Amino acid sequence: MSLSRADVEHIALLARMRLSEDELNRMTEQLAGILEHIAVLQEADVSDVPPSASTLPPIDHFRPDIPAPSLPVDALLANAPEREDSYLRVKAVLE
Amino acid sequence: MTATTKAPAETDYEIVIGLEVHTQLLTQSKMFCPCDAHYADDAPNSHVCMVCMGMPGVLPVINQRAVEYTIMTGLALHCEIPELSKFDRKNYFYPDLPKGYQISQYDLPFCRNGWLEIPVDGSVKRIGITRAHLEEDTGRLLHRTDPATGEAYSLVDLNRAGIPLLEIVSEPDMRSPEEARLYMQKLRSILVYLGVSSGRMEEGSLRCDANISVRPRGQKEFGTKTEIKNMNSFRSVQRALEYEAERQIQVLREGGRIVQETRGWVEAKGVTVSQRTKEEANDYRYFPEPDLPPVVLSRAWIDEIRAKMPELPDAKRARFMSEYGLSEYDATVLTDERAVADYFEATVRDVTKGDLASRAKSAANWITGDLARLLNAAGSDITQCKITPAGLAGLINALDSGTISGKQAKDILERAFASGDQPTEIIQREGIAQVSDAGTLEAVANQVIAANPKAVEDYRKGKAAAVQFLIGQVMRQTKGSAKPDVIQPILVRLLDALKE
Repeated sequence: MSLSRADVEHIALLARMRLSEDELNRMTEQLAGILEHIAVLQEADVSDVPPSASTLPPIDHFRPDIPAPSLPVDALLANAPEREDSYLRVKAVLE
Repeated sequence: MTATTKAPAETDYEIVIGLEVHTQLLTQSKMFCPCDAHYADDAPNSHVCMVCMGMPGVLPVINQRAVEYTIMTGLALHCEIPELSKFDRKNYFYPDLPKGYQISQYDLPFCRNGWLEIPVDGSVKRIGITRAHLEEDTGRLLHRTDPATGEAYSLVDLNRAGIPLLEIVSEPDMRSPEEARLYMQKLRSILVYLGVSSGRMEEGSLRCDANISVRPRGQKEFGTKTEIKNMNSFRSVQRALEYEAERQIQVLREGGRIVQETRGWVEAKGVTVSQRTKEEANDYRYFPEPDLPPVVLSRAWIDEIRAKMPELPDAKRARFMSEYGLSEYDATVLTDERAVADYFEATVRDVTKGDLASRAKSAANWITGDLARLLNAAGSDITQCKITPAGLAGLINALDSGTISGKQAKDILERAFASGDQPTEIIQREGIAQVSDAGTLEAVANQVIAANPKAVEDYRKGKAAAVQFLIGQVMRQTKGSAKPDVIQPILVRLLDALKE
């Protein structure tokens, strides 16, 4: 599977990363290498193996619906870059 | 085009609508962590833990009741509940979820292939349900501007992040904005009956997005659709879709092309406006949630949940008609809300006089009439009503036995509604009773005759209307506690005696 430069630009956009020309070239090359490496797995014969979404065995039991205390807001926001009252403050985001 | 452009009601275009409804589930704790789910009115970020914050190393744990409520809803919507299900990651960067993804379900949802029925033109129409899946709600953002620097910024409150959210997706089976509203109302009614949702659209605990397109009548392929958001009431669902259908038809008539996009409904202006072009599904790069194992739902558990399900609105309406002999209209009004239906049945049980049908009819009349009017005027609903079903039944019994008059009953209902005293308490405390004792009434009638010589004179001249005036005066004197049909013969007898 080949990877185009446009693919990498799209992935960078989704990841909110601004890449320079150099970085775009390097990433295209490196990501293509990784895909090639992973593509080796395609050679394995898995015709006898049912598709699986997880290596974990399925569960049939869950957490009972009982509330427990949350974190105190000061502890919660201790690592926040910025806060205003008890809100997290972030750069403007508009839909 | 302008907002006033109207497409003719009968058009050569057909409207196609599908709805995506989200409801918060009424659990005690959040979907994947034990934070308290009752966050309304609480301080920002007071219901948040390391899981809600997406701190490194934390793991989600599935809330059993959220799964139970999802299955219960799926069963009520006649869905298949596959044995194997799983959660997936929906990846996107937005500060309303600090993890950088939402845990949702992609290709193996808990429920699929169901339906519900809506009334259309005197018969029922079945609307397909594609799927219902469980996910987590997002946080709330407030957009601000720094008054000093003019810089725009956003504030994040994560109390809502992680509340269990059930998404129910319909087939594109609706053919008019009215059908979309009816679907939404029926779905809400079912969710509230099940006790899984508060059903409050105005508070955002129940939300609706619509996919809508138009196509020339007879064309098989769907037209290009738009997605409509920000509809916060049943009425705005219908209004927004009426507007959008007309807009699309107008664009096509003018030879234009519909752009696939998200549009927001602006209630105050009555228009939809373009928000952003729709991202491709694969931009979310869904993949199986590695932090949660797949889920197996045992058939025994599903049977257990099925056994716990309450009677649903359609079944209850049918039973109200057959068991109580109610009209379809009364039965529909009384079963729209489960709390009203329960109130009605409890009232009927305590009404003593007459057969079941007549007891049911008088309970229905009071509940859908005077009581509903009082509740509406107070902006409250039956769950907040201070008059108990037994209290209302007591009022009906007092009326049926002739202890009080119809007018007194209405007065007492209003006073009980306002004060919280039960009607029977008011009747007993104040010794309110209908005056039917002929001696008392005759004395009052004589006073009235003496005090109104003009009316008496009119009566002598043959003016029948004068009697009505005098009856009114007697009722005033007795404060409405005497029935007109009891007063009339007494007055007429006394007046005729004067003539001679």
